[in-house]
Formats: sequence, C-alpha cells, structure tokens
Amino acid sequence: MKHIFSLVLLLVMGGMLWTLIPLGQPTEPGEVANHYIQHGIEENRGANLVTSVIVNYRGFDTLGEVTVLFLSVAGAGFVLRRRDGLTPMVARPSSEILQTGARMLFAPLIVFGAYIFVHGHLSPGGGFQGGAVVASAVMLLLLADRDHQLPHGFMSWLESVAGFAFVLVGLAGLMVAGSFLSNQGVLPLGTWNRLFSGGVIPVIYILVGLKVGTELSALLDTMMNSGRPAENPGGEH
Amino acid sequence: MSTLTPSTLYLGTAIALIIVGFAGLLVRRNILKMVLGFALVDTGIHLLIATLGSNPGKAAPILNTAELAADPSLVVDPVPQALVLTAIVIGLGVTALMLAYVVRLFALKKTLDVSEFGRLKW
Repeated sequence: MKHIFSLVLLLVMGGMLWTLIPLGQPTEPGEVANHYIQHGIEENRGANLVTSVIVNYRGFDTLGEVTVLFLSVAGAGFVLRRRDGLTPMVARPSSEILQTGARMLFAPLIVFGAYIFVHGHLSPGGGFQGGAVVASAVMLLLLADRDHQLPHGFMSWLESVAGFAFVLVGLAGLMVAGSFLSNQGVLPLGTWNRLFSGGVIPVIYILVGLKVGTELSALLDTMMNSGRPAENPGGEH
Repeated sequence: MSTLTPSTLYLGTAIALIIVGFAGLLVRRNILKMVLGFALVDTGIHLLIATLGSNPGKAAPILNTAELAADPSLVVDPVPQALVLTAIVIGLGVTALMLAYVVRLFALKKTLDVSEFGRLKW
C-alpha cells in the first residue's frame, strides 16, 4: 500500500517535471543576465562572468554560502566530536603505492588548487573549486597516513582570517563606493584578461579558496577521526 | 519533442535522477541509502538548472578571447551556472552534516533502519 502511494507520488512528480522538457530549448538571457553579460567587463574587468556574478554582483550571497559551509562543517564536527558509542574502525595500514603516490601528489595538488583559485576570474574555476582540490590533497595525505596530525591551530587561524578579511573587503566597498562588496574604486580594476585585473574579485576568491580548503580539510579530518577508538588524552595509538 | 537534442537528453537524465533519488527517499528504510537518494536529487537538480541555462550554439560565459569580449552576446546566461555552483557547495555541506548525523544515530541504536527512530529525542 505504502509502495503504491510512493509510486503514484513519483509518477505525478515525473509528469510535472516532464513538462519542463520544452524549456530545454535555448532561451535568451533575461534583462538582469543581459546586463551582467554586456557590462561585466566594463564594470569588473573579469573575463569569467560566472565569477563576476558570484563574487561581485551576488557577493553577499557568496558570503552567506561560505557561512553555511562553515556552519555545516562546525555542525559535523560538533556531532562527531564525542566518540563514545561510535564503532572503532579497524584500518589496515595503507599500501606502499598509496603512500608513495600521496607523497608525490600532495605538493602538485596544493599548487594546482592554488592555481585554480588564483585564476578564478580568468578561467573556469574559482575559490570553491580550488578549495576542493586543496582538500583532496589533504584527504590523500590522511588516507596514506592515518596518524597524520593536521596543524589544527594554523588551519583555524587561516580560516578565521580569510572569513574576516572577506567581510573587511566588503566593508571597504561600503566605505569607498557606498555599497557592501562594491568593486568600484576599492582596488584598481586593471586590464581585462590579465592576472592582476578584476579589482577585489581575485582577492575575495583567494580568501574563499583558503577558507573552503581549510574547512573541507577539517571536515575530512573530523570524519576520518570519528572511526578511531575513544582514546584517553595523551594515549598512544 | 520530435528531435532528440542534447538538451532534451540532459533534461531527461536530470528528471530521471530526481525521480530515482526521491524513490530512494520514499522506499528505502536504510538511512544511509536515504542520504544517497538525497544526493541523487541534488545532482539531478544541478543538472536541470545548468541545462536550462545552456545553449548549444553559444560559448561558455568566459570572455577570454578578443572575439567574445567584442560581442558578449555570443555567450550563455551566467546566472544559472553561478546558482548551480552555489547549490553544489551547499549540497556538499548538507550531505556531510547528514552523514555525521547518520554516524551518531548508528552509534545510538546500532541500526540504520529509519523506523527504529520514532522518538523525537535522542
């Protein structure tokens, strides 16, 4: 009975979504999007319009997004902090291949992640994507060496400073141009399609990249450590 | 609907993903599989929004050549892509938090069957 109800519900939902198919025909951008497309270079000098939208036109949204990510990571850390009752995970030592591979790939992955978030205003990618690549490097490190201790003090310091600096850049826009996160007059806009262009956009995206990278790394560390047996402080493993 | 364009294919895949994900949410009793269903719905919605903002005849919204910078109307709408980028990040955070709850719930009852968790208070 329950399954029949589920099936009917799914069919109705599928039918409703199916009516979206004609929307798949190419449409022209609306008025607001047209403004972004036509005046994006003139107003921000950033080649990547998606980055211009995320960091400048809807920069306040991105501040909220970073906050949501921080909250979910903090929530997961809070929920998994007490390890009593969690089943200890019996982990085999990682293989030679994984250890060597992690040692080889760690530095290139960090550099690649940094490259992605530094070039967010020029090419596909940006703070979130670059941060995810940085976190994947940390995950490789944690997989290869389960007892690796991440520098938590440094990471939380970096994350706080990045988040705080994001707000400060926004306030600078408020003071200079009269609107929060404004890109006019805070930093020189530079030349289109150069690394030093886009005003505050690369600055903010670098901060976002640092913040997302450290947050996701901390999340991975929390999740991997939740499988450890609840140990007494100072105990060895 | 007479021709099968790439957009139709993407939309069909997106709808299928959403339906499969909701089926998992409704039918499965295992909390972990319900989280997986949620992740499938999430992915389907991302694909749906990204497809609605796509246009096979136009370039990606990155004006990094002189030709595109001279005539920006050759690129697609950047707003859906920006929205999907936001949604992916939020989806990741939500999924991670849900998985943390699943770990905690399993520690409490030693089962993942959702019907065992009838009480509001852990």
